Amino acid sequence: MTGAAALAPATWKRPPLIADARLRWALCLGAAAYLVIGIGSLEVNWARLADGFERGGRFVLAFLQPDFTTRWDDIRRGFVESLTMTVTSTAIGVLLSIPVAIGAASNLAPRWIYSLCRGFVAVSRTLNEIIVAILLVAMFGFGPFAGFLTLTFATIGFMAKLLAEDIEEIAPDQLDALRATGAGFLQQLDFGVLSQVMPRLIGLSMYRLDINFRESAVIGIVGAGGVGDTLNTAMDRYEYDSAAAVILIIIAIVFAAEYSSGWLRKRIQ
Amino acid sequence: MAAKAHPVSAPPGHWRKRTPRQELAIFAGWVLGLAFCSWCFQVMTAETIWSFVADAPKQAADIGSRMVPPAWGFTRELLYPLWETLNIATLGTLIGLALATPVAFLAARNTTPSAAFARPLALFVIVASRSINSLIWALLLVAILGPGPLAGVFAIALRSIGFIGKLLYEAIEEIDPTQVEAIEATGASGAQVMAWGVAPQVAPTLAGITVFRWDINIRESTVLGLVGAGGIGVKLEAALGVLAWPKVTMLLILILATVVASEWVSARVRQRLI
Repeated sequence: MTGAAALAPATWKRPPLIADARLRWALCLGAAAYLVIGIGSLEVNWARLADGFERGGRFVLAFLQPDFTTRWDDIRRGFVESLTMTVTSTAIGVLLSIPVAIGAASNLAPRWIYSLCRGFVAVSRTLNEIIVAILLVAMFGFGPFAGFLTLTFATIGFMAKLLAEDIEEIAPDQLDALRATGAGFLQQLDFGVLSQVMPRLIGLSMYRLDINFRESAVIGIVGAGGVGDTLNTAMDRYEYDSAAAVILIIIAIVFAAEYSSGWLRKRIQ
Repeated sequence: MAAKAHPVSAPPGHWRKRTPRQELAIFAGWVLGLAFCSWCFQVMTAETIWSFVADAPKQAADIGSRMVPPAWGFTRELLYPLWETLNIATLGTLIGLALATPVAFLAARNTTPSAAFARPLALFVIVASRSINSLIWALLLVAILGPGPLAGVFAIALRSIGFIGKLLYEAIEEIDPTQVEAIEATGASGAQVMAWGVAPQVAPTLAGITVFRWDINIRESTVLGLVGAGGIGVKLEAALGVLAWPKVTMLLILILATVVASEWVSARVRQRLI
């Protein structure tokens, strides 16, 4: 032990994350410069901030004493809209996503259908839900119907992408066996493809249900119905205690949904 | 779903995937599900004005014709808001990262100091942060901090805590315990075990998660301005407010380009990391 210590350096240094010392220093300097410029660009209004602390205190108090009763009718209506929007858009979105996913799977679809479906998926995934909601509200008028369409559109892109990846990874032997029996295309899909991706399809649908609920609470801010509308109104009226009630209910529902979908997924897999 | 019961009652020569009773149960499930969905649809559209919906193609064509050509000259005014958006996303991600790391260590079963008290609390922080969209956080923070990018930065940070925290604590729970035991065997203190036994194992994952979240944050920070939290969304809100559709088109093009670019950057960086 003592002999080895004389040969090796006395201290050991962890190997750095980036091996090239110059690149490492350049990155650190660049990051530091960015932080200075970035934080400098924030334009903090200290007087407004001091005002805000008093409001922030009221807000924290509101969370300790949320007011469920005064605006209960509005809150209930918002949640009914949000929940029905979530259920219908998930159901229809998942249903429509299955043909799109089959079209977007390179092992099943011909080239031109593949590019078409992949293009649709890319558009649906790149557009932010809020922006889609703004456009759809302008076309279909205010209310949950526009929100329903927004969430359906987003669901199709999300589900189709993940499902198509799963379809591309199925075992081809089962499909070959089915083809050998002379099964038609729909029969191949039913017995060879869907039966293999079903657990994943159910798991993803549960996950998307959860996401759709969370999104349904937001798109109301731009007029697409749901509890976001209630929340926005409560904030506009400075009724922080009602807003706190809405937020606490959202957290409770998301928590319950996450817990039950986790339980369901464990049982299926 | 597993084919536990073999279809004994089916006539020979005619193979069925399920027994008649299973088929009936599945059919009943579909009917109930369909009934529930249509009931939901009815409740949801109770107040929908269908003439507006029927009018949608005409509206779409009208808006579409107003949206072209995009106001290309407007771009010059948008460069500063775009820079602000990038700052909101980046600074928000950094603050979120700084706050999420301790929360994740408190939430992970193998590193939490107290499973009875600290762990449930950390898990609640993670769930609360995840359930509230950054736009709602922004709505709240604009009321407290006043309109401007500062509210946006903190909205992004608060939303990122849940995302980074959840993925990080799952990564911490999956680390190789033998390395931790080896460090402990040298007589290292608790903090030293964290620094030399746990942190090196999760560092690459953490870097990947952070870049991934940064990409999502860019996307979300483009719309934060709708509630007054700074960035390019403020211009979008203003253009929508006066129905300046050519400007809206220009904004949408710019937002899409930013999102696509950030996605590309994040994909490249993550490829290098893994």
